[in-house]
Amino acid sequence: MNPGGSAVNGTGEAVVAVEGLTARFGDTTVLEEISLEVHRGEILCIIGGSGCGKSTLLKHMIGLLRPAAGRVLIGGTDIVAADDEQLNRIRGKIGVLFQSDALFGSMTLGENVALPLSAVDGISPETAGAIVRMKLAMVNLAGYENHYPAELSGGMRKRGGLARAMVLDPKILFFDEPSAGLDPVNAAEQEVLIRAINAGLGTTMVIVSHHVELVLGIAHRIIMLDGREKGIIAMGTPEELRRSAKDPRLRRFLFKEDARRMG
Amino acid sequence: MGTRTESPGYTLAVGKQGTELILTLAGRVSLGSADALLAELDAHLDDPAVTTVTVDLAGISYMDSAGVLTLIRLEEHGSRRGRVQRYLHVPPEVRKVMDLIDRGELSKPPLHGDEEPGGVVDAMGNAAQRIAADFIGIMAFLGDLLAALLHAIRHPRDVRWGDVLFAMRRTGTEGLPIVALISLLIGLIIAFMSSLQLKQFGANIYVASLVALAIVRELGPIMTAILVAGRSASAYAAEIGGMMVNDEVDALVTMGFDPIRFLAVPKLIGTVLVLPVLTLYADLFGILGGMIVGVTGLDLTPYTYLEASRRIISVYYLVSSLVKAVVFAFIVAWIGCQRGFQVRGGVEAVGAATTSAVVTSILLIVVADSAFAIVLHYLDKT
Repeated sequence: MNPGGSAVNGTGEAVVAVEGLTARFGDTTVLEEISLEVHRGEILCIIGGSGCGKSTLLKHMIGLLRPAAGRVLIGGTDIVAADDEQLNRIRGKIGVLFQSDALFGSMTLGENVALPLSAVDGISPETAGAIVRMKLAMVNLAGYENHYPAELSGGMRKRGGLARAMVLDPKILFFDEPSAGLDPVNAAEQEVLIRAINAGLGTTMVIVSHHVELVLGIAHRIIMLDGREKGIIAMGTPEELRRSAKDPRLRRFLFKEDARRMG
Repeated sequence: MGTRTESPGYTLAVGKQGTELILTLAGRVSLGSADALLAELDAHLDDPAVTTVTVDLAGISYMDSAGVLTLIRLEEHGSRRGRVQRYLHVPPEVRKVMDLIDRGELSKPPLHGDEEPGGVVDAMGNAAQRIAADFIGIMAFLGDLLAALLHAIRHPRDVRWGDVLFAMRRTGTEGLPIVALISLLIGLIIAFMSSLQLKQFGANIYVASLVALAIVRELGPIMTAILVAGRSASAYAAEIGGMMVNDEVDALVTMGFDPIRFLAVPKLIGTVLVLPVLTLYADLFGILGGMIVGVTGLDLTPYTYLEASRRIISVYYLVSSLVKAVVFAFIVAWIGCQRGFQVRGGVEAVGAATTSAVVTSILLIVVADSAFAIVLHYLDKT
């Protein structure tokens, strides 16, 4: 556990490891020979411009896509080689918040959040209801369990998706663009929420985003991908990257240098 | 669905000092054991003499948020009887989870009450209101569509003819195989069933008249219209509905296009042009189906069969069948597009609109066909 709050890098033990991962769609290679580790309790942000393969990397890390080569280890188990039973066990330990909130429109928010609980044996309806209320309160949505997703704003839906992703207390949470489509106020709230959950529950987090303010605000470590290199071009804490960023692509991303020159 | 079971990994020791109950909890407390733990803890709280509950968490190796929630629920149960609950030796991890849970928020009632099922009268009233609103929506769209069609007739250059051809291909060319097959089989079935009866009277040749009359006057137009409703009304509703969900229709409006002229009129023109042709094909294939039975089962020559068919079909029947096809085509495009434009909200509304497009257009086709049956009968007499 990290008493210091946001400035810690976890314990150094790798809970997710990507080893020599190559991703291809047909003849197009998107990622080549990528290796990285996510340590217990840390917030790792993956950044990069549009089309650099960061969402592809995330989909490989949660087992939605199969790599052309390489391994992805979650908690020491290779999810590429895992059978269905192992994969299900691992999926119970991870939560994913998708870019579009992916809440089911035909269910109320409460039913959406309760859905993962129905896969666990021996939970009474009262307990399930109490857990749903607790998770909704954690994402500042107390009282909204009977609302349908269509009745909620974009920011609320995102937080509802987060409540569903963390209902089973996952050890690892994956986020795809958690601030996409949110206004600055909602994005800042999302940032506070992510930090609170990381500090409170000790959840390891992998966040894919191109939102520089969010990333610099919450990341313990940052990895930058580049579409042309098909791989990682920079890695480090936000401080390290800010201080010693020499790569022009990274500087452009962090400091918007080109945009300023143009303005 | 996969199930996960977690063995209760905790141990609970209970001690008592005067009015204080000491619960010493150790090991793993997680989601799977939450219910069992709460029941066990509650059982120890039956003693009315207890005023203070002390929970000692020194031996806890792991406790997830469901475990912490169990302790909070125990606290609530106790406070109803005026008891105080204290915690001893709370591990820092558990303390953080406790801090994350806002107790005031937990007991907040839902902003929407649970939906209460109304009485029969309520339900009937709601249904009537829904049907009335739906009827108004359909009729208002009919007005818009006719106005847009009038504009298209006055300004033919404004019509997107490429989209008209596309609609004709999707509805006509691509629909032809299934229309042909169904009509052939329908003709075959009618001929076979009627031949069983007519053969007994030696009236074999009347099978040809019966099939031709039934197919041209009724079954050809209506079978084709129902098939097209299934294929195209649903496709129109899904396409426009999807565009509504993706704000594409709003984009059209902001670019200065009228969505009805842009999306609905080409589909309407295309369907109206192609459905009469499909109906003619259906008539032909229906008669062909009857002829197969006539030639193979009733010892008729193809010539006599076709001659008998030709004699019974008047120009009046053929024209009225094509007029019907035009009206049915109008209904298919009208309802298909209206259901699409009606979509509000998310993707699940598109599915509902698609179903409703097929059901409503088939219903209206049958209603229109009944009206035709009566009107054409009296027109024929005069």
